[in-house]
Amino acid sequence: MKLTRRILMGAAAGSLLLSSGAAMAQQTELTFWSWRQEDKAFYQDTIKKFQEKNPGITVKFETYAPENYQTILSTALAAGRGPDVIQVRAYGNLETIATPGYLLALDQQNMPELANFPEASLAAETLRSDGKVYAVPFAMQTQLVVYNKKIFKDNGVNPPKTWDELMTLAQALKAKNITPFANGTATAWQNETIVGGLLSSMLGKQFEADIVSGKANFTDPRFVGALTKLKDVSQYFSPNFTGVDYPSSQQLFVAGRAAMFAGGSYEVANFKNQNPTLDLGVFPAPVLKAGDQALVATYYDGGYAVNAKSEKKDAALKFVRYLATPEYGTAFTNALKNLSPIKGIKIEDAITQEVAKLAENAMSYLMLVRFRYQEPSGSVLLQSNVQKMLAGQQTPEQAAAEINKGIATYYKPFQK
Amino acid sequence: MIVSRKQAPSLKRQMWVAFLVVPPIVFMSLFVVYPILSAFAYAFYDWQGLARGEYVGLKNFKEVLFGATMAPVVWNAFLHNVYALVALMIIQNGGGFLLAWLLYKEPFGFRFHRIAVFVPVVLSTIIVGFLWKLFLNPNFGIVNQALYSLGLDSLAKPWLGDSSTALGALILANAWHFVGFPTLVYLAGMQRIPPEIIEAARLDGTNEWQLLKNIVWPLVAPSTTILFTLLFIGAFNWFEIPYVMVGLDGSPFGTTDVLGLVFYRTAFGNQSASIQNFGMGSALATLLFLFIVVFASMLTLWLRRREIQF
Repeated sequence: MKLTRRILMGAAAGSLLLSSGAAMAQQTELTFWSWRQEDKAFYQDTIKKFQEKNPGITVKFETYAPENYQTILSTALAAGRGPDVIQVRAYGNLETIATPGYLLALDQQNMPELANFPEASLAAETLRSDGKVYAVPFAMQTQLVVYNKKIFKDNGVNPPKTWDELMTLAQALKAKNITPFANGTATAWQNETIVGGLLSSMLGKQFEADIVSGKANFTDPRFVGALTKLKDVSQYFSPNFTGVDYPSSQQLFVAGRAAMFAGGSYEVANFKNQNPTLDLGVFPAPVLKAGDQALVATYYDGGYAVNAKSEKKDAALKFVRYLATPEYGTAFTNALKNLSPIKGIKIEDAITQEVAKLAENAMSYLMLVRFRYQEPSGSVLLQSNVQKMLAGQQTPEQAAAEINKGIATYYKPFQK
Repeated sequence: MIVSRKQAPSLKRQMWVAFLVVPPIVFMSLFVVYPILSAFAYAFYDWQGLARGEYVGLKNFKEVLFGATMAPVVWNAFLHNVYALVALMIIQNGGGFLLAWLLYKEPFGFRFHRIAVFVPVVLSTIIVGFLWKLFLNPNFGIVNQALYSLGLDSLAKPWLGDSSTALGALILANAWHFVGFPTLVYLAGMQRIPPEIIEAARLDGTNEWQLLKNIVWPLVAPSTTILFTLLFIGAFNWFEIPYVMVGLDGSPFGTTDVLGLVFYRTAFGNQSASIQNFGMGSALATLLFLFIVVFASMLTLWLRRREIQF
């Protein structure tokens, strides 16, 4: 009796020791927040691969609706909590979180993989006030024109190079009762994507450089001229386009009832998911005259950051370092059909390859990249004034003047 | 001489009262009073993203009311709120009054209609918003389809994309959603009127219009008080229908912008365009709150005065 009791107690003590010992060596659990519910399967897969290599760490992936993500994250961080690893956005949006010191600054020491990233992608995740990088960029987006290859082939037309070719082609399609562009302008931000997809080549890299240096502003003839062309081509948008919102325009394209969609490269995967039979191609914004450089507009979506208040920084850094490897970039690009900015990735998908190739000749997606830091943001101004212009309520000159007036209230180079 | 002394309530009773009163007070202070006061406090600080910066006094308020960037947006939205208030007062409350009169007279099938008119009120605002957004879709919505089939092609419009019709469309959707509420309240008010009064008026030979104007309308004044006050508060807090149907930007180009949307964009940022500013958002919310409290109280006092006891 005594013996058994002793054995039992010994066993109990032993198991206690064992389990606590195991718990110590065992799991560090990281939480990882994201707004990409639709990418959940991919992230679970990534986490599995990471955990195989790092048996001591488990990662819990949690998502929130995109429209509430910023609010929920803000509240958690302000309360001194929040996840260990955070998917964050870029540019002005990053600053609201990075400025109060919620994110861990990354450098060559704690994140040697940063060397794998192009300069512009790191700039997107850099705080302007201290010049430090706060997140590992995850995707580059490209504004361009997506087209339905079948409709083009059936009507014997090719992707246009110049603006005149585009207008002729649109006219030809419309004559055959095919909606040339699925686009509508009822959802405000669609106006910005339309400008990026259709006008970048006419604006040009030099225009961007001149805006940055202050040599030109938004009343520049290049900008007004491009807006005039946009007004012109809007006759080929979906019927009643001022009342067509984003989902309706997507549906129109997915259903194969429109030939083109001016917007982001992120649409391609989405269109394909909804209608796998679609045969899609992409082309850059048409140029004004043959010989000009054809451009797309690019920006970086966001990045992966480490919570500065996390108690598991080492493990969190380890995970984020994994998210910065070419291996991860390759998986990301091929699974999500979104271009990872990491150098040296291998792209399988033909259309993503095409997008990557186009992105070699790019200007910035101007308002997002450079004018979303102060109010009124360039994006708000561009969206509402282009919307108003396309509704016929103001001229391109007036739209340009309004945009310029708003930005000049805070943008030093315009105040000279 | 006997001094009547008020009996002190027993301890047991005091405990019972406390048991009933304390939980709601704690709940209210925690979830209503505290947030209001803290929003009020936030409004006096500068905000760096989410971090509270230095105390700036009335700067945020000044910016909201007179700043070059904020003020035009705020006043534009305020005017739309006023417009919505007036329009809803006529369509929603006026319509409710007439519907109530119709139901009061108990026409054929009034029991069914009494329920039917209230059904939309029960639906979620999100559902109503999406429903009307579909109805008003310019290319496949039933509104335009109906116009086409009636040969009225020229009347078909991109309702929510046209700056001359978008706000009106939101107001109509809202009225459709809520008209059952004033109908029910007015109907109850009418049923409280002693039938002799109406009978007497009829014997004196009043026509329908005189009866409504001189007898029914003044006698349902208490209903009017509550309905007008609620609508006033609702119109200035208007958010859900515009948010669902035209988005945070008050699309197209700010022509449907209302203070609720401006507040949300300012405080929490607009995913695709703007920046979070808790200070300015809180200042706007505080001003809106004060405005509603002051004017709603004045409105209530004024409406009370015209109520008749019977």
